[in-house]
Amino acid sequence: MRFTKDHEWVEESGGVAAIGVTAYAAEQLGDVVFVELPEVGKTVKAGDPLAVVESVKAASDVYAPISGEVVEVNGDLPGAPETVNSMPEKDGWFAKLKLSNPSELDGLMDRAAYETFLSTL
Amino acid sequence: MSDQALKTTPLTDAHRALGARMTGFGGYEMPVQYADGVLKEHLWTREHAGLFDVSHMGPSFLRLKYRTGDAKADHDAVSALLEPVICGDIKGLKRGHIRYTLLLNAHGGIVDDLMVARPAGDDAQGVLQIIVNAGTKEDDFARIAAAAGDDAEFVRADDRGLIAVQGPEAEAVVAAIIPEVADLSFMTVTDAPYDGGTVIVSRSGYTGEDGFEILVEAASARKLWNRLLEDERARPIGLGARDSLRLEAGLPLYGHDLDETISPVEADLGFALSKRRRLAEDFPGAARAIGELGGRLTRRRVGLRVLEGAPAREGAEIVGPDGAVVGRVTSGGFSPSLGAPIAMGYAPPELAEPGAKLGVIVRGKRQAAEVVQLPFVPHRYRRKA
Repeated sequence: MRFTKDHEWVEESGGVAAIGVTAYAAEQLGDVVFVELPEVGKTVKAGDPLAVVESVKAASDVYAPISGEVVEVNGDLPGAPETVNSMPEKDGWFAKLKLSNPSELDGLMDRAAYETFLSTL
Repeated sequence: MSDQALKTTPLTDAHRALGARMTGFGGYEMPVQYADGVLKEHLWTREHAGLFDVSHMGPSFLRLKYRTGDAKADHDAVSALLEPVICGDIKGLKRGHIRYTLLLNAHGGIVDDLMVARPAGDDAQGVLQIIVNAGTKEDDFARIAAAAGDDAEFVRADDRGLIAVQGPEAEAVVAAIIPEVADLSFMTVTDAPYDGGTVIVSRSGYTGEDGFEILVEAASARKLWNRLLEDERARPIGLGARDSLRLEAGLPLYGHDLDETISPVEADLGFALSKRRRLAEDFPGAARAIGELGGRLTRRRVGLRVLEGAPAREGAEIVGPDGAVVGRVTSGGFSPSLGAPIAMGYAPPELAEPGAKLGVIVRGKRQAAEVVQLPFVPHRYRRKA
């Protein structure tokens, strides 16, 4: 699993990567009450908005950590948005991207680097 | 505004000790939520008792300088100083009663909404207790002091603690410490002894629930807060849930649902135009308000149920059946009690009746919405039997 400074995670397998937000992000967001997912087939560049999560108070963008095409979305999430809080780094994934530039993964943090980054916040 | 510029309340340290997430609001450093989070805090208040620090607001007193000792004459005299800048009948307030009213500009636009109370005690006739909003209080205080001129002393009391206790168990929680509150009905106020001093307790609030607001000397504020929190029915509630609670209760928030361009009639606060004042047409912008009441109205505050998709938040466009933009959302979010998105905003009168089919634009997409009667969640005030 690789991480961004915006608190997204990426788990790549065979050129396809699942995207979600970290436990730290889920805690900061508060109780998620609504999730908006991208459409399958959409192409995004690293840094583009990918999904939206909403708490009681506010809406927050989830950014694509890497470039690619959306090949699958987590269809269970809109009906159970609280999964983002209960299992952010597992069942709370948002979408899977077919990577258009796998080398972008090298620019992301590993778990140890992300933990170090969190300790500076 | 930088963090250094933020003011604190007598309870700021208590919030930190409770692990609150703090934010700047109305110039003060305030708790936005505690460990439970907005959703749980909201639901706790609806079911039990929520404790809110509202010390950032603007409590104050207007005191007639030369009192005759005749209660009615003194009350009439102090009321006559305030009434020219508001639309409420203060002269007609009974002892120990509170009125929700509006400060208006010369064009009849709303400068702030506020609570004005006539104290109950014999020694406090010719005195008004006034509580205004945090973000507007410097301007409000200047306006009220100017209206009073040399005939009354304007005294701000915003160095004190102001604690709101709201929810169906609020009476039990507060009465265990201040027994006098059991005798209060909605929108009445009393003095009560506490901690060697005096607190001013009103049965009022801004959540739609029964509850109280307690004005307490700064030195006793933390003691009272902690004492209230010892009751397991009471939990601390941050500004996040305060906002979602008042939205469900259909109560407008100044700076969002109300501003200087909006009139009381447009804001659907016609009840705040007291009958005596309406008949006398002696409040700021009376001609506008009378015209609007007679039908010359271009927009009205409405409640919206968002029937699909994401919550529509402040600033979202409201569209009519033909897709044309007819207004904007002024407050919106997710209702924890209803489990659905709700909003308030302004729409033309012909589209402002319950049942009207409208749309809201969220991130470029139209979502169906319907005008509903406010409040979204029924008020549970304890009115006089």
